[in-house]
Amino acid sequence: MNTWEIRFAMGNEAIAEGALAAGARFYAGYPITPSSEIAEIASRRLPQVGGVFIQMEDEIASIAAIIGASAAGKKSFTATSGPGVSLMQENLGVAVMSEIPCVIIDVQRSGPSTGLATKPAQGDVMQARWGTHGDHGIIALAPSSVQECYDLTIKAFDFSEKYRTPVYLMADEVIGHMREPYVLHEAAGLVSRKQPDPSEPGGDYKIFDFERYDDHIAPMPPYGGKYIFRMNGSMHDEAGFGCGASDNADKFIRHYEDKITKNRDDIVMTESYNMEDADYVLVSFGCSARSAMAAMRLARQEGEKVGVLKLMTLWPFPDKEVAAALKKAKAAVVPEMNLGQVASEVSRYNERKIPVIGVNRVDGSMITPYQILDALKGLYLKGLSLKGL
Amino acid sequence: MKHNEFIREDRLPTFWCGGCGYGQVMNSITRAFEKAGVTLNDTVLVSGIGCWGHVDSFLKVNAFHGTHGRALAFATGIKLANPELNVVVALGDGDGVTIGGNHFIHACRRNIDLTAILCNNYNYGMTGGQYSSTTPEHSITSTSPYGHIEPGFDICKLAEVSGARYIARSISENVTQTAEYIAEAMSKKGFSFVEVLTPCTTHYGRNNAMKHPPELYRWLKSTVVPAAAAAKMTEDQLRNKFIIGKLYDRPGQDYGTRYRDEIQAKGIEDLAKKE
Amino acid sequence: MYEVRIDPKRCKGCGLCADFCPRNIYDFSWGSVPVAARSDDCVGCMQCEVKCPELAITVREAAP
Repeated sequence: MNTWEIRFAMGNEAIAEGALAAGARFYAGYPITPSSEIAEIASRRLPQVGGVFIQMEDEIASIAAIIGASAAGKKSFTATSGPGVSLMQENLGVAVMSEIPCVIIDVQRSGPSTGLATKPAQGDVMQARWGTHGDHGIIALAPSSVQECYDLTIKAFDFSEKYRTPVYLMADEVIGHMREPYVLHEAAGLVSRKQPDPSEPGGDYKIFDFERYDDHIAPMPPYGGKYIFRMNGSMHDEAGFGCGASDNADKFIRHYEDKITKNRDDIVMTESYNMEDADYVLVSFGCSARSAMAAMRLARQEGEKVGVLKLMTLWPFPDKEVAAALKKAKAAVVPEMNLGQVASEVSRYNERKIPVIGVNRVDGSMITPYQILDALKGLYLKGLSLKGL
Repeated sequence: MKHNEFIREDRLPTFWCGGCGYGQVMNSITRAFEKAGVTLNDTVLVSGIGCWGHVDSFLKVNAFHGTHGRALAFATGIKLANPELNVVVALGDGDGVTIGGNHFIHACRRNIDLTAILCNNYNYGMTGGQYSSTTPEHSITSTSPYGHIEPGFDICKLAEVSGARYIARSISENVTQTAEYIAEAMSKKGFSFVEVLTPCTTHYGRNNAMKHPPELYRWLKSTVVPAAAAAKMTEDQLRNKFIIGKLYDRPGQDYGTRYRDEIQAKGIEDLAKKE
Repeated sequence: MYEVRIDPKRCKGCGLCADFCPRNIYDFSWGSVPVAARSDDCVGCMQCEVKCPELAITVREAAP
C-alpha cells in the first residue's frame, strides 16, 4: 500500500482527507457555502473507514453532536462558515469548559450576517478568539495552500487531543475552493488522547483533576469504559459537580487560558521568507499570505528588501515571532481580508513602534500583490516600478 | 443494581424546592434503571439546563451536563459514537421543547436510539417562573401577569407527528407507573419519549393561587385522564385535559442501526478497501 | 405493625406524605418535619415512601 500519493484537489477536499488521516471518525454538520464540500466528502468517506456522518438540524446541534461523540471517544469535527460559527459559539464554550477535544473548520466568507455568501473574507479572526462568552484560551490555525489544508487539519486534531481543547482551522473561501496538487501522506506520530494509568481504579473518575498531572492535562477516558465521569458545561469541581466557590472558578478559568498560552511554543507555527535582511515585513496568513508572497518576489526582483512572516497559527497569537520579525524592520505591512484584526495584534508586539500599515479588503475580492506593494511604494519604496505586474 | 444504589445519597437533600415533583421523577428513573438492568458504566445521563437539569448530580451514572436546550444534540453524538451506551436524556419544558424544540422534533424524526424524559412543569422554574411553550392559556406566570395568551404545546402529540418510536405520559406522583414507562422506553430501540407532568410549587403553584404543594398536586391530577377513560370521552370533555398512559408504540429501525446496516448491505467498507 | 422513619435532614416540610396518607397517621404543620404520630394505624401502603420527593421516608415492618 502506498504511504503517500499526489492529488490535485481543492482545499476543502484536503481538509476532509486530513481529518480522516488524523483519525477523525465522526462528523456532524449543517451545509453552508463555502464549506459544504467538506460535509459531502465526509458523508462519502467516513462510512468507508467505520466512521459516522450525520447532517444535523443546525450548527448549534452540529457542534453539540461532535462534542458528545468526542466524549464517547471518537475524534470528531464539523465544518462551517461565519454564520454557522456564530451559532456554534455557546456550545464551543462547553468544549472549553468540559475540555473536550474537537475540531471546527471555518471556511471564512464575507460577513457580517449572511454577507457575501460565496466570497472570501478573513473576518472571523477575533470571533475565533473571543466569540464565546467568558475567558478561555483557544487554538486557531490558518492554512494558505491546499497542502497546508491537509497538514494543518492533522495538526488541529493533534493539538485538540493533546490539550483537550476545541481547535479552529481557519480556512477561507479562496483556500477552500482553490485547486492545487498536494501530497496525501499517512499521518505519522498522531497524538492520541491521554488515558488514565491502568493502575487507576475504576468507578468515579475525576475528569477535571488537571493539577494531578505535570502537564496540567487530565487524562480523558471515553464513556462506557471502567471509569464513570461527569462532563459539565457549568462551572464545576475536579469531579464535574457544579461548584460555585470563587477559588474553584478562578482556578479553572485561569487553567483554560494557561494550558494554551503556556504551551504556545509548541502550538505557534510561522514561516519566514527572506526575513534575514528584510527592511519591510509583510505579516499575513491564509489566502492573503499568497498575495504577500507574490508581492515579496516582485519587490525582490527590483532589489527591495521585503520579507514575509506567514502566520499558520493565529491563536495563541505568534507574539514572539512577530516581535522578532519587527525588530530590525523599517515598517510592517499586514494584508488581510478584514479591517485590521491581525494588524491590531501585530501592533501590540511592535516594540520599536515602527509603522504598521494595514492593507485591507472587505469587498469579497482578494488582496492583490499590487495593492500590497502600492502601499509600500506610496510611503517608502518610491522607486518601485511594479513593472512585473 | 437496586434502585436506591443509583442515587448519590451523600448529595441529598436534593437541590429542588419542597414539594417539587422532580425528586419523584428521579426516583422513577432509578426504579427504571433497576428494571432495565443497566449498570453505572454503560449508562450516560445527558441533562439540559434548568431545575430538572440538576438531576444528574444526584445519580451515580455517567453524566453530560451541557447547555440549555441542546441535550438531545449532545446525546445524539454520544449515542452514534458508541451505540453500546444507554443514553438517557433529561429535558424540561423550556429546555426540551421551547429553546430546544428544533432538536426535539429532529431527534424524533431521525429515530435516534435515545430515551428522553421530559419534565413539564409549565414554566421556567429556575429563572423565576416565566412562561414556556407549554404554559396553559390564562395561567399567571411572572411574565404573563394578566394571564397567558399563547396556547401551549401538547408535547406527546408533537413527538407523535415528529416520528418518535414510543410515547408515554405520566404525572410525577405516579412514581412506579412512570418507572414502568421509562423502563419500557429504555427497552425500545429508537427515540422513546416519556413526558412527566410535574408541579412547580414555588412559581406555577403560587402564581396560580395554589399556596401549598398538595393543592397543586390535586389540580394537576384533575387535568389528566387515563388513556382508557379518554377513549370513551368526547372531544369536548377532553378539552384542556392531558391523556396519561402509554400513548404510542410503533416499530421502526433506529438511525444508528440503519446507518450501519445500509453501509454493510451496500458493501461500502469493502468498496473502500478495493479503492 | 409498621415503623415509619423520616430523615429530618432531607425533609423540606412539603406535606405531601401527610396529604397522601390514606390512614392519616401524620401530624403536620406547614414547613415542619411531619411526625408519624399514629404509626399504629399504618397499613404499609408505601404511598409516602414512594412519593416523597426527597426520598426522606422509609416504611418498614416493625419487629413484633
